Amino acid sequence: MMDHSAAAMAPSPVWRRMATGLQFLRRHPVILFGLVVLLASVAVALAAPYLLPDPKAINPIYRLRPPGEAFWFGTDHLGRSILSRSLHGTRISLAVGIMVAVAVTLAGVTIGLLSGFLRRFDSLMMRVMDGIMAIPGVLLAIALMSLFGSSLQNVVIAISIPEIPRMARLVRSAVLSIREQPYIDAAITNGTRLPRLLFCHVLPNTMAPVLVQATYVFASAMILEAVLSFLGAGTPPEVASWGNMMAEGRQYLQRAPWMAAFPGVMLAFLVLTVNVVGDAMRDVLDPRLAGKLK
Amino acid sequence: MTGYLVRRLLATIPVLGLVAVFVFLLLQMTPGDPAVVIAGDYATTQQVEAIRQQLGLDRPMLEQLVSWLGRLAQGDLGHSIFSRLPVTSLIAQRIEPTLVLTLFTVVLSIAFALPLGVLAAYRAGSWVDRAVMGFAVLGFSTPVFVVGFLLVYVFALGLEWFPTQGYVPLAEGLFGCLRSLTLPAITLALLYAALLARVTRASMLEVLAEDYVRTAHAKGLAPQPVLVGHALKNAAVPIVTVIGVGIAALLGGVVVTETVFNIPGLGRLTADAIMRRDYPVVQGLILLFASVYVLVNLLVDLSYMLFDPRIRL
Repeated sequence: MMDHSAAAMAPSPVWRRMATGLQFLRRHPVILFGLVVLLASVAVALAAPYLLPDPKAINPIYRLRPPGEAFWFGTDHLGRSILSRSLHGTRISLAVGIMVAVAVTLAGVTIGLLSGFLRRFDSLMMRVMDGIMAIPGVLLAIALMSLFGSSLQNVVIAISIPEIPRMARLVRSAVLSIREQPYIDAAITNGTRLPRLLFCHVLPNTMAPVLVQATYVFASAMILEAVLSFLGAGTPPEVASWGNMMAEGRQYLQRAPWMAAFPGVMLAFLVLTVNVVGDAMRDVLDPRLAGKLK
Repeated sequence: MTGYLVRRLLATIPVLGLVAVFVFLLLQMTPGDPAVVIAGDYATTQQVEAIRQQLGLDRPMLEQLVSWLGRLAQGDLGHSIFSRLPVTSLIAQRIEPTLVLTLFTVVLSIAFALPLGVLAAYRAGSWVDRAVMGFAVLGFSTPVFVVGFLLVYVFALGLEWFPTQGYVPLAEGLFGCLRSLTLPAITLALLYAALLARVTRASMLEVLAEDYVRTAHAKGLAPQPVLVGHALKNAAVPIVTVIGVGIAALLGGVVVTETVFNIPGLGRLTADAIMRRDYPVVQGLILLFASVYVLVNLLVDLSYMLFDPRIRL
């Protein structure tokens, strides 16, 4: 109650909104923790080129050094600093994760919204989605990469395509239940045209599950990017991505386990954080489930 | 029942047909000339021309599509560009390790995940529950090759309990075969088991809140028969559904796991074929994996009847 009145007295709506936001985060420490980790990763990704030595700098005298004072994370078979390469790897993973999440959300929401309202489009589109879903995502992504050639842009496209059907189906099922709501009938009776109906009445009500699903897409895109690079079908081999580093580390697993360990642990930790945030958001946004878990 | 089965089998044809068309279009979507892409950077004009002819890329697209679908209907997947062997016989050579690996993984995951999920639901909110759910999130957050490396480092390089890589064929004894696949199977199972444990818990939570479970407890039945006989059986439909859907993730994981552990199976064949741009092999394998996915999910649908007599097919 106290917080409420304090928020009401806040000088402007922006402040009030921020106050509610802070209150929300205080009540959900997991989301707060996740956001802190994510912001820290973004900061590392942005700062890496300015703070750290060149990740491509080859230094044969210092090859395969174990972690120590000079090289905190050790060096690889070419004497490159693992610390510098791992932190630069954050850039690739985050960039791919965010771009895929945005692309999949845009495509999935568009297909889902239209499918929910247009019968013809629906029956065709859902068969196409079934077809894509029947192909294991990793397989589809590497097949696309082998044809497109390795570049960051192609990685994003190749990872997005197998992820779209699940998002589209999710939005479609939400739209189908929203369509039966009285306020939609009311809007139609008032003469609302389809685009306005979709964007102003239907879309906002699908946002909760979409947001949660987008977090999961973000997490699995980072894994898939690493898998592609690991198999040699992802980012070009000279780029310091975690998957590339682990593929190189594979040959030296016995002599220099740190080569694979640091990128592996960082990848797992970042994906774990995103997944945990996704779970926490689902529990918050889906009170039915949250009530059951109590 | 038979009528339903026939109808369902017929219904898989359009989905697989779509996959076939999609796989066909994949090659056509290639930026530039597909024959040049397949032949690689150092090919001569003659080699490019030979590939173009072998794949029929010099003919009109519709004609190519019709002949591709026609050959598929006869079970002909074409020939590898590299070894010139029929794709079907390449698949036959490599299928054993993958089959054993996936079966091993599925058995391992179910044996591990079901009890954990049931326990987590039964003790919802306790530390057991939290530990199981923590394991589940960890399971599908850790990339397959990270788990693989860790297991190899600890159990193969360190303790030397298992070989670091390779495959011992079934013909040389079941024990040796399973031993060579233990680490790969655990690697793969982690993701799959995490998925299963999670859905088992969620589904059990729902069922445990039902009146008939309370009645069973009230009439003095021991917890175990209630959990397994009353609750788990009724919670089974979502669980087997996830077992089916998870097959896609499992088959994808096979590609990575077989590469990490150097197992000469279908996953390795896929990775190699893709790297070499051996397109007929890639197309054949994608179709095979998609068919397995569709068929497993058909079996899953049929299994609903076993668990829930209300579902009549």
